[in-house]
Amino acid sequence: MKPGTFAAFVAPSVVLMILFIAGPLVSVLVQSFYVTRQVFETTTVENCTPGFLAPVCTTEARSRPKQKPGGGVETETVFVGFEAYRLLLQPDAVAAAFAPGGGGFERLLTIDFYKALRFTLTFTLITLPLVIGLGLAIALAVDAAAKRLRGVLIFASLLPFIITPVIGALAIRWLFIGDGILTAALEAILQRDIALFAEGWTIEILMLFYRVWHVAPFAFVVFYAALQTVDQDTLESAIIDGASRTERLRYVVIPHLMPLIVFVALIHLMDSYRVFEEVIGFSSQAHRISLQWLTFSFLMPDETGNRSISRASASSMLTMVGIIILLIPLLMRTWRDHRRKR
Amino acid sequence: MLKTILAAALVSTALAGPAYAACAFRNDVPIKSLTAAFDAWKAVTAAMAECGNVQAELDQEFRRKQPDAFAANPALYQLGGVANGTLTPLLNAGTIRPLDDLVAKYGQNLTPNQLIRIDGRIMAVAMMVNAQHFMYRSDILQELGIQPPKTYDEVLAAAERIRASGKMQHPLGGTFKAGWDLAQEFNNMFLGFGGSFTNANNTPAVNGPAGVRALEMLKRLSTYMDPEYLAADSTAVQRSFQQGRIAMANLWASRAGALDNPAESQVVGKVAMAAAPIAMAGGKPATTLWWDGFVVARNIPDAQADAAFRVAMEGIDEEMVRANNAAAVWLIKGYQPNRLAEGAIQSAMGGAPNYPSTTVMGLMHAAIGEKIADFMTGRRDATQTLADIEASYLVKAREAGLVR
Repeated sequence: MKPGTFAAFVAPSVVLMILFIAGPLVSVLVQSFYVTRQVFETTTVENCTPGFLAPVCTTEARSRPKQKPGGGVETETVFVGFEAYRLLLQPDAVAAAFAPGGGGFERLLTIDFYKALRFTLTFTLITLPLVIGLGLAIALAVDAAAKRLRGVLIFASLLPFIITPVIGALAIRWLFIGDGILTAALEAILQRDIALFAEGWTIEILMLFYRVWHVAPFAFVVFYAALQTVDQDTLESAIIDGASRTERLRYVVIPHLMPLIVFVALIHLMDSYRVFEEVIGFSSQAHRISLQWLTFSFLMPDETGNRSISRASASSMLTMVGIIILLIPLLMRTWRDHRRKR
Repeated sequence: MLKTILAAALVSTALAGPAYAACAFRNDVPIKSLTAAFDAWKAVTAAMAECGNVQAELDQEFRRKQPDAFAANPALYQLGGVANGTLTPLLNAGTIRPLDDLVAKYGQNLTPNQLIRIDGRIMAVAMMVNAQHFMYRSDILQELGIQPPKTYDEVLAAAERIRASGKMQHPLGGTFKAGWDLAQEFNNMFLGFGGSFTNANNTPAVNGPAGVRALEMLKRLSTYMDPEYLAADSTAVQRSFQQGRIAMANLWASRAGALDNPAESQVVGKVAMAAAPIAMAGGKPATTLWWDGFVVARNIPDAQADAAFRVAMEGIDEEMVRANNAAAVWLIKGYQPNRLAEGAIQSAMGGAPNYPSTTVMGLMHAAIGEKIADFMTGRRDATQTLADIEASYLVKAREAGLVR
């Protein structure tokens, strides 16, 4: 292909990527270095609120945002450098935690960012092997099932993936919270009071379970499709050579699936590092938060209508850095394979 | 959060029942309102709808939607329902208009008590008051010979006796949902112990004896609650009462009507109302007084504001109150306080303070909501939690520009 033709072909996607990916990223990066705030003035004002029988009026000094003459309020934007990152990462508190008598990891995990990071990492790394393993197991099982049953089996196994994530999480929550039917059933069997939503670790297990249940069908579909293309001749010769079922799986099927296992792992790492729906669906904020939820909570207006845009931007930049670090080993592997093939 | 979104309902003109006499005038300007979704707002918006061309949106998540919807030009809603706390973001953004001239024109039936004045100007018109106050199962307390508790120590003693009697494992309820609700419980208790949130220069002042005592009291109360208390919002506590699973709670007055609603409650007539308990000897009832009422958007033509205000006045007129006397503790003429209103009125008479509509309070409330769950789950002790709250408040206050 001539360079000119090539350029003409990729130009639209390059433009779109700059517009929708690079542009916003740069904008978020810039916003993480600035804070926009209101200009407050202190005035002595009279305020009245209802009381019983008569209103209660008080005259006192209050800080209030300066109003612009034409409506709206005055704001100012100031450059704060890495202040937002410092507020998130709290290096001083971390240093204090690891100083003698500082509380160590236990203290570290009470700082929002590290609490979120801890949960996000455990969540990602525990669900990854489970999703791949379960997906592969279902794919092998369906592949071995009688042809007539396969359609029904595929449909049934795909169902969890079709459900909207938040709705699925809510459904599981209602099954278990308070005296939900499954909790009630467990209580009846075990003859003891169970409160699954009273402690962090039980909620965490439910969240892990939910994610595996929800995403395994995706891995299953990918692996199942790949299983249809396994070289039958190789399999047959393996059988003639006396390879057992496990050996065939290990030396023929898995190597054939390997590129797709890497693909599923990549997608799953990216997806689960952005874990969010589970925190909302299971209302786990008191016990477990994720990095994405942290960004979300900064973005939501607080009781004064203020949004922490600066900290939200810093938090999303850090989330992105985290994903890149996680993906490096897998990307390097793909790159090596690519080089070898050339 | 989500279930409240699901609970959001649309009441349109078509749905308005013929329960009230028709509106005094024919409204031909399309009016939209965004309010909370509890019973009082249902009654008021239904009465407004009789004027025609009114589309009322009732949504418990209104506090998230209102600031942006009112900041739009033209505003997406002409009328908003707010309370002390939710007035702050609108005031700060300057997106609501002063109502002095409209009150002079159409507000003949309003009492001075209904006019919310900020900086001398009327910024909102209140229709009802609300407060968290003590509710208890009079039948259970009577059966066990327990005097209705007046202080939090008596509440704990009563809870212990109910538990010991084997009637209930978790006799106490509380709106302890992590975040805003739990922070509000802390506010009540903190004020009850005589605390004050900030110094004159807007720096925080919660990390003191009152803060520690408030936190410790909350933890002692939680030992008598269902272990999943960190997920219990007002609706959850209301349900627990209705289903007879709890005997005592400090709950919003606006929820009292539902406890006497035979369609959904199993404890009709059995729940008595009282002032919020006192936290320390000689203290005031440990609660804050709230009002709910109307604001009118700034970014709309004056003619629309005019029509919107008239419609709102129809919504909060005497007829509506007569038909819905039990739905709230109304501030409107013609209201007859009933036994359900006793708790709120006694709390106010006892000197419970108003919840201030200030930026300082809003930021403090948010900071407390973020950090307090760590104390309840035992990850941080009382002074550490209070230090965390102060640090978080300072970060927010600096970001908002309040503290330099």
